[in-house]
Amino acid sequence: MYKIAKDDLNSLFRLIASGQELYLPENIGGQVNFAPWSEEAEVDLDTLKTVKSPKDAFFPQSENLYTVKRDGKKLSVEPEKLKEQSFVVFGMRACDTAGLKVLDRVFLSDPVDTFYAARRAHGTVVALACHEPEESCFCKVFGVDCAEPEADVAAWIIDGTLYWKPVTEKGQALTESVKELLEPADDEAGKVEAEKDAVRGIREQLPYMNLSLEGWNGDALAEKFDSPLWEELYKPCLACGTCTFVCPTCQCYDIKDYDTGHGVQRYRCWDSCMYSDFTMMAHGNNRTSQMQRFRQRFMHKLVYFPANNDGMYSCVGCGRCVEKCPASLNIVKVIKSFQDQGGEKA
Amino acid sequence: MQELINRAKELLADNTVARVLGWRAGDLPYDPEPAYFETEDALKDFVYNGFCGANLSKYMIEASKLEGKTLVFLKPCDTYSFNQLLKEHRVDREKAYIIGVGCKGKLDIEKIRKQGVKGIRGISGAEMTDDADVLTIDTIYGEKTCAYQDVMLGRCHVCKGKEHKVYDELIGESRETTDAERFAEVEAIEAMSPQERFAYFKKELSKCIRCNACRNVCPACSCRKCVFDSNKFDSSQKANADSFEEKMFHIIRAFHVAGRCTDCGECSRVCPQGIPLHLFNRKFIKEIDQLYGEYQAGEDTESKAPLTDYTFEDAEPSIIGERG
Amino acid sequence: MSIEAKEEFRPKIVAFCCNWCSYAGADLAGSSRLGYPADVKIIRVPCSCRVNPMFILRAFEKGADGVIMCGCHPGDCHYSTGNYYARRRMTLLFSMLDFIGVENGRTRVEWVSAAEGARFSDTMNDFVEKIRSLGKNVRLEDLRCRS
Repeated sequence: MYKIAKDDLNSLFRLIASGQELYLPENIGGQVNFAPWSEEAEVDLDTLKTVKSPKDAFFPQSENLYTVKRDGKKLSVEPEKLKEQSFVVFGMRACDTAGLKVLDRVFLSDPVDTFYAARRAHGTVVALACHEPEESCFCKVFGVDCAEPEADVAAWIIDGTLYWKPVTEKGQALTESVKELLEPADDEAGKVEAEKDAVRGIREQLPYMNLSLEGWNGDALAEKFDSPLWEELYKPCLACGTCTFVCPTCQCYDIKDYDTGHGVQRYRCWDSCMYSDFTMMAHGNNRTSQMQRFRQRFMHKLVYFPANNDGMYSCVGCGRCVEKCPASLNIVKVIKSFQDQGGEKA
Repeated sequence: MQELINRAKELLADNTVARVLGWRAGDLPYDPEPAYFETEDALKDFVYNGFCGANLSKYMIEASKLEGKTLVFLKPCDTYSFNQLLKEHRVDREKAYIIGVGCKGKLDIEKIRKQGVKGIRGISGAEMTDDADVLTIDTIYGEKTCAYQDVMLGRCHVCKGKEHKVYDELIGESRETTDAERFAEVEAIEAMSPQERFAYFKKELSKCIRCNACRNVCPACSCRKCVFDSNKFDSSQKANADSFEEKMFHIIRAFHVAGRCTDCGECSRVCPQGIPLHLFNRKFIKEIDQLYGEYQAGEDTESKAPLTDYTFEDAEPSIIGERG
Repeated sequence: MSIEAKEEFRPKIVAFCCNWCSYAGADLAGSSRLGYPADVKIIRVPCSCRVNPMFILRAFEKGADGVIMCGCHPGDCHYSTGNYYARRRMTLLFSMLDFIGVENGRTRVEWVSAAEGARFSDTMNDFVEKIRSLGKNVRLEDLRCRS
């Protein structure tokens, strides 16, 4: 365990950024999102949740796959280079890093997504434990511990001091490279333990932390899919993509071509199951109503994903959708509605 | 609120309406969702408070296709949208029973959070019956207070007025909330240099994540299929690869609703990234007022919209550069 | 004496011309041997009213430095009123472009009849000159389209 004063973090960032790219939460135009560090950046480590999840660092909203150039009658195809430089993402939360595990399941299992794999190989994650979890959080429901994030380096900010604990080899390597700024703090482990206990105590007071997932598993397909509840639940849904675009685990993407006038850029961008052209094929669309699209999102997270991934849910309880849905719909309301129908209440 | 529930129950009981379109209370004090209620029993979850900012007019497009009448609760500003939809034949007046509800300004949870409030357990002062000017917020990190005025949605500061433009009956009093000039924000931007304006919009629009919430919530965006959803041309509805796409999307969207936008402010309310999208619409409204005479969309159901009308003496486009 | 390689800025100009007037005006300019720069690419439209604001933004996106729309003089529209609607639309679009900080003068509307070959050529010469003075369009260009 090491420590550094919170006021000295800027020199830490400067040092990290001298050797590699550094992404961290910044206030840009009044909104906190992950962005590359610069001297002018307004770093914000106090805001609990960035608007967009930091999955962008590994799976960008939009990325080029290859470029086709036309020169007279000749066509040339240039594949996009894979990430070759190492980079650091600082300030992810426990739920965000749990989100990466979900993405790993999707992109690192056969066939491996080389773009994602390259970023994962070159990225080091420094995760911050939560100090003041909020009412929209429900990470514990999915087995995520906001007091002790799983990452390459776990960090806690307690009374103006950042405690730094390397966990993995990558974390050790990063620690070595910035050691000149860190002070050993093994004797202060007690403080960190006390903070963890305090945060876990706060967590128990939050309304959603003890939500029951009973009945949601890979075997629940038939029963949940045909439930008449979906017809009721989807009604306020505006069919926008907010929930999917702020989500740390949503992984669906679309591949499109952009005509540059002198060639084509083939890129992929996040897709949203809320959109009418989601999974559009030559024969048309296999989900023709908003109810079906709405159902897809929750069935995917709570039923299909566990069915195919040894019971792992593809929700980590970060609560971004709870905060951002324009119609105040969210996964918690869905889970609870099914519970209420079953006659038991959380 | 009880008055609204009682009246809704009566109208359901005597079969005047087949369903009620209102807001259902959520688990958190600030997250009521737009909802249909079909039975008197279901109305126990009905809520109407300061967080019911959602404009239900848009939902009336779908409700107009259902059997029977729908009772809908509309705030004064929502009635402008309903009128505009009526003018465009997107909703059916015969299918709607409109109760105009009072409004004392709607609240913006993001503004409350920006004041450093977190871990919210309860909020008092947001009820319609409260005449409080202060919200008292119970959080797990202690009690906080916010001045009601400070955490209102931006649109309420330039409220169009307390009058409902279309209704069958009225319940509840409204409060005057206007405390700013409607076009002040637009004028502040106009006063900047072109470089500053460009930098301002670049910064704001680069936050756009193309979630389409602004479009989908907009009562004026009622096309069955949006041009930005067409797979027949590369309008790329999802990518945010380059700032140009965002610029084009927002300019064209504002253009498509120009002369039809009632300035209800839903676009800015729902934007997850807090982009002041209403500025585009308000700029058009300001120009239309100045160039073609004052016009308020949704004021009535008869008048011709400015962009489907002309006069022989209209200003030439060169006026934009000439007036400096 | 050496020949200096001087790279001159050649703007890309898109001109939307109404089939019934300015497109024929361009023809007349040609057959009257009146010159205008080859930087102007003409796109024929059935009426100025056909020009959608998206056309203009698209042109800028794909690398145009200036966009001009030419239609029949007010009162002379082949379809009676098309250009009146177009006039309002373009006024509003231009005001929005101005609002977001795009340089004034990159867009223009001119009314040119089929009999006005000279006016067509003068208009285009003037517009190209204006765009040359403004320089390359960078504010509305999509970087992906850069060659």
